[in-house]
Amino acid sequence: MKAGTNLEKILESGRFAVTAEAGPPKGTSAAVIQRKAELLRHCCDAVNITDNQTAIVRMSSLAGCVITKQAGVEPVMQMVVRDRNRLALQADILGAIALGIGNILCLSGDHQKFGNHPQAKGVFDIDSIQLIQMMKKMRDEKKFLNGEEISGDVPIYIGAAANPFADPFEYRVKRLAKKVKAGVDFIQTQAVYDVPRFAKYMKMACDMGLDKKVHILAGVIPIKSLGMARYMRDYVSGVTVPDEIIDRLKGAEKAKEEGVNIILEIIEQIKEIPGIHGIHIMAVGWEDIVSEMVERAGLMPRPVL
Amino acid sequence: MKTITQQKPIEEIMQYVDRCKWIHIIGCGTCATLCHTGGKSEVVEMKQRLEASGKKVTGWMVIPTACDELTADALRQEAEAVDKADCILAMTCAIGVQNIAIHLKDVKPVYPGLNTMFIGIEDKPGHFTEVCLQCASCVLGRTACVCPLVRCAKSLFNGPCGGSSDGKCEISPDVPCAWQIIYDRLVETGRLDEMEAIEPVKDWGVSVSGGPRQGDVDAECGIVLSSAEPEATSTKS
Ligand code: SF4
Ligand code: SF4
Repeated sequence: MKAGTNLEKILESGRFAVTAEAGPPKGTSAAVIQRKAELLRHCCDAVNITDNQTAIVRMSSLAGCVITKQAGVEPVMQMVVRDRNRLALQADILGAIALGIGNILCLSGDHQKFGNHPQAKGVFDIDSIQLIQMMKKMRDEKKFLNGEEISGDVPIYIGAAANPFADPFEYRVKRLAKKVKAGVDFIQTQAVYDVPRFAKYMKMACDMGLDKKVHILAGVIPIKSLGMARYMRDYVSGVTVPDEIIDRLKGAEKAKEEGVNIILEIIEQIKEIPGIHGIHIMAVGWEDIVSEMVERAGLMPRPVL
Repeated sequence: MKTITQQKPIEEIMQYVDRCKWIHIIGCGTCATLCHTGGKSEVVEMKQRLEASGKKVTGWMVIPTACDELTADALRQEAEAVDKADCILAMTCAIGVQNIAIHLKDVKPVYPGLNTMFIGIEDKPGHFTEVCLQCASCVLGRTACVCPLVRCAKSLFNGPCGGSSDGKCEISPDVPCAWQIIYDRLVETGRLDEMEAIEPVKDWGVSVSGGPRQGDVDAECGIVLSSAEPEATSTKS
């Protein structure tokens, strides 16, 4: 075991994992996170706590993780390289481990231009692949990036994101391979709406043997309304929503229910794709729906290891 | 190579020259002329605006290349008008502004009339693209001559992020994704395998984060950086 987290145990034992996502508040209330943790407690194996998602300032991911953990839910600490340089990143990794956080997800982060401080200086001292590499070195060699010794163990289960829907498509699997080479243990993908494209991507990944080296969790974002689907199609970078989904929502009497049905159908198809070891549900601000979805997808109860 | 500039808002310029009555204006015949920000017509226009606000202009000139050492000669030739002025308004890039300041015979304020935007090349007629940040450890050899530091919005060194779509960067449909260009060029020249290697973390210490950079020309070694090997490491932070 690398970190001995619940997520690691589930994935390494070959079980199908379920993770979810919760964003910390734009404020100081621990109760917001506690409430989300409560909603997600029984229906997933770990919960990602976002890190200034979409470049909007929120309570720090590290603090959010601690609150989540205190609420009895295992966190995955997201870390973007947009806001911190190598000193700050390493310092927070040490702190996270000292506070009992074992899953860390390495991300570039949305560009600050999208957020609420578009005039901020983006740090980007190291990139997300270099962050993976740095964490592996910290864990396996007990060394900082500069080669100095770290006192104490550094148990981390290292995660990263992958977007099979970004361009250039042919390069996407190669980028995944690069992350595997850097030392990633698990991958959570961008939301899957275009299943054929995703299946093609996974086929390429399996052909390269990557499914044997990393656990891939397919991302899903439940759709609440036609407007949301359109918004994601048009404005959310790296997400593609096929027209059939838009048409189905247009034709539906109750778009909200239809949206959940669509995602459940996608999950059914995803489960059959070789190399997929779990799903990651990003119910941005709609955490209430997650347990129903996991239940209806036949993924309850979650294993206790 | 061109230094791309933009005129500062007149309000900002007026704040600078607030306490000066007599002003001398200097433009540049190279980049600032090309950008229509500090050539002859912009300098004359600025003269008229300053005069309209009650300032006196002691004289003006457009130095052929404000960033080179001939600036000293130009200042000497124009000494009478320069000496009479309370300040200089330099409608040149920031390099020209600083060059004028160090070559002035008598110390007096030099104010920038322009914002220096970036160092660019004219990739299409009349269109400039930022190309280099002078990072002191150039990776162009691995990135098909596209600088990932300035042309990728996140300065990524290991390939396109998840926001790259249809050849465009996630920040705007008008901005090409640098890594898509790099990818295409590497494919074209059969070098895509080069993108498989993980680019190591950058040494910003020799670059923009290493403190002021200076170099001395040495006939044998080329440039010798003054800050390349600090003699003793400070323990203070
Ligand atoms: S890698 Fe550095 S030196 Fe090379 S073009 Fe980019 S900024 Fe300039
Ligand atoms: S879309 Fe391309 S240029 Fe823009 S940040 Fe991502 S990799 Fe860089």
